[in-house]
Amino acid sequence: MLVKTILITILIFFSNFSSATLNIQHWESNNGARIYFVENHDLPIVDINVDFRAGSVKDTKQKSGVASLTNHVMVLGAGGINEEDLANQFIDLGAQLNSSFDQDKSGFSLRTLSEKKIEAIDLLTLVLHKPNFDSKIIEREKKRYVASISQSETMPGAIASKAFMKALYGEHPYALPNSGEVETIKKISKKDLHDFYKSNYLSNELSIVIVGDISRKDAEDLGHKISLGFSENKMASATPLVDYKKGQEIKISHPSKQAHLYYGAPIIKRGDPDFLTLYLGNYILGGGGFVSRLTQNIREDRGLAYSVYSYFMPFIQEGPFQIGLQTKKNQVGEAKELVKKTVSTFIKNGPTPKELRQAKDYMIGGFPLRLDSNKKILEYVSMMAFYKYPLDYLETFTDKINKITAEEIKSAFQRRVDMSKFSTVIVGSEQQKKRS
Amino acid sequence: MNFLKIVFLFCLMPIFAQADIGVKEITLKNGMRVLVKEDHRSPVAVSMVWYRAGSLDEVNGKTGVAHVLEHMMFKGTKTTKPGEYSEIIAAAGGRENAFTGADYTAYFQRLEKSKLPISMKMEADRMQNLVITEEEFKKEINVVMEERRWRTDDKPKAQVNELFNSLIFRAHPYGRPIVGWMNDLENMTYEDAIEWYKMWYSPSNAILVVAGDVDTEEVFAKARKYFGKISAYQIAKRKPQFEPKQNGSRRAILKAPGKLPYIQMGYPAPTLGKDGIKNKKEVFALEVLVGILSGTSSSRLNQNLVRKTSRAIDVGAGYSMLSRGGQSTFEMYATPSEKVSVVDLEKYLKLELKNIIDNGVTDIELNRVITSVVAGEVYQKDSVFGAVMQIGQLETMGYSHKIADVYIDNIKKVTSKDIQGVIKKYFHDDALTIVTLDPQPLDKNKIPKGRPHAR
Repeated sequence: MLVKTILITILIFFSNFSSATLNIQHWESNNGARIYFVENHDLPIVDINVDFRAGSVKDTKQKSGVASLTNHVMVLGAGGINEEDLANQFIDLGAQLNSSFDQDKSGFSLRTLSEKKIEAIDLLTLVLHKPNFDSKIIEREKKRYVASISQSETMPGAIASKAFMKALYGEHPYALPNSGEVETIKKISKKDLHDFYKSNYLSNELSIVIVGDISRKDAEDLGHKISLGFSENKMASATPLVDYKKGQEIKISHPSKQAHLYYGAPIIKRGDPDFLTLYLGNYILGGGGFVSRLTQNIREDRGLAYSVYSYFMPFIQEGPFQIGLQTKKNQVGEAKELVKKTVSTFIKNGPTPKELRQAKDYMIGGFPLRLDSNKKILEYVSMMAFYKYPLDYLETFTDKINKITAEEIKSAFQRRVDMSKFSTVIVGSEQQKKRS
Repeated sequence: MNFLKIVFLFCLMPIFAQADIGVKEITLKNGMRVLVKEDHRSPVAVSMVWYRAGSLDEVNGKTGVAHVLEHMMFKGTKTTKPGEYSEIIAAAGGRENAFTGADYTAYFQRLEKSKLPISMKMEADRMQNLVITEEEFKKEINVVMEERRWRTDDKPKAQVNELFNSLIFRAHPYGRPIVGWMNDLENMTYEDAIEWYKMWYSPSNAILVVAGDVDTEEVFAKARKYFGKISAYQIAKRKPQFEPKQNGSRRAILKAPGKLPYIQMGYPAPTLGKDGIKNKKEVFALEVLVGILSGTSSSRLNQNLVRKTSRAIDVGAGYSMLSRGGQSTFEMYATPSEKVSVVDLEKYLKLELKNIIDNGVTDIELNRVITSVVAGEVYQKDSVFGAVMQIGQLETMGYSHKIADVYIDNIKKVTSKDIQGVIKKYFHDDALTIVTLDPQPLDKNKIPKGRPHAR
């Protein structure tokens, strides 16, 4: 056999209700692809998600957008089947093919009825292995990219988001907009896409997750079939290190009604030992919807914003810790001061015992909601697979959460979250009202 | 990560994607209805309370009050403080939110199954004991105004849609924005919210829908315990409201900062009768027509206008056969490519309709729609939340949830001739409404350049 198999059964016990079992099977292909399988025959559905380490982090400044365009064009014709026929074949099977893309990864997911899985998987394999990269289609899609990028350059939220990533990442590829720039997209050729595909769609940077109504044997065959179409390259480029030194203040005028505020810095990467502690703490600070401190102070007490939030978004390298809100222009200064005060108070004092208890109750009591459909299981396991989380991640999740203390949260925030280095972006601020 | 109180549920995906099996129902003595669907795949429960009250029931000068009340429902009762219920639900590991539509207002919680009674107790409490103070109202109305700025005022396409609705519905309340006009929000008082609550939040005007890993009889028992004692009151008689026939096309231009022009065009269209029979043939023909024009990568609009000819950057079509207010629209929207004017794009969209009148649609296209619907029904079984949404929407709009069972049969009956028939009957120029977005430079001192204009 080509496969080395590790079978791991994860049992999750909940303190005060029935136990739930999520049996994740995992093995690797002999060319290094990681395959995860959750067998479940309740519904006649098979879900497959395939992720490559081929996100915009693999772009260069000169050819920004190649990674996204490759992901986008791959589904538009494959194996000599033209765009229209390929789309029709998926639809005639009742199958749904979707692609996803972000800084780190390029993904493709297939949802099919189990009775049509063989045909649907054949089509997916064709898309992954033999994209046509038709020149005419590339030119057409480039024009659509250019139109949509130039449109987003007029939208306050998109302007703010782009400026924020630029402030945090400077020359690092995480600063590059996911879909590229008008000028770089125009320069991209068919050869660029082909070369990008060849050098970045690699078996050892591939994770495959299969969930649903399919046997172990068929899942193994499927994993093989997909992974064997890619070559292995152990010398594949590593993701560059993030070198963030100090914060910037950026103000951009805009005729919008609301000002958009982004505030934060690159903080943690995937697999960081502080992650769960910061994650739990952030639930209290600004992640926990209606009950977070930011929402309480900005929205509930003052009515300053509809939405205000904070989150840690770990990437392969340090991802952003980001706070965001939108508010009527003349209030943005006030809102910003309140945000700063809320964050600094939290870093200084950490959570109260009551807040910590409530946050843990939320995480632990709500754990089954994270995995209550095949689609959610697929998403969760895909994240674990791509970022190489330990296989006992789910098994130990609630236990680890339960052990975190208020002191640990305070300490983690004090060690990791340095407000003196935060960057601020405000789009649509009133020029004359400069604060801070 | 983010949380929203959703205002629009306009394109709620294939609302029918699930033939229901085993929905059980009782009516409490006070008139409140309770529907339960068991699904034991996961140890979770979804609970939703639906009120038959939405922007459809609002009057001029008080637009947006249905949605404002939805916000105030989180602000405390006689025995709980503002936000306290949100804390309780969160500490139970639950997710909660609410949304307001034209036809309904709904509140939901997703919980581990043993926690279900917490949400029922809470909903029963705020159905009868809500406290709206002037102080809390004054803060929250600012939040709602921020929501309007975020959702509509700074989003050109949302502004186009608001204008479109106000043009195509000049008498019917669907012409008013769900979030309300800014002026009405600015002048709204806490008494307006109280008035709304006292008008519509009777148990006799509410429906509880629960699905998940629950025991139906237990849910019924809990519903009797928590909701059964709430006294009902008479809901004001609703007057039928119908839009007068449109005689002549209606055109408008909206200017907003941006780069790309955009058009939204449409025609008044029939809705399915509450008996599930009236207009059946026509509305299902329209459903299939939307599936043929839009929705997948191989649909006609995408195929013909984006892929083959590159006349548009983006296209779409939409229609909903269901409506409590008895009115619907069939709409198309598109963003032109660089060298195509909005005037020509309108012609191309109309040509797609004319082409069907002249040549019909193929059996392959009809079968594709059927295949998608059949597969969609299976796929939606993966979502407990989706089941609750479907049952609640149908029942609140005045339909039986059972019409979902025969949806696919009706889709299968649609012929090319039926589709040609509805196009000929409803889509003519005197019934057209069209709004064009005329993008303006961000810097007001610059003159718009280089792009084709509305006229």
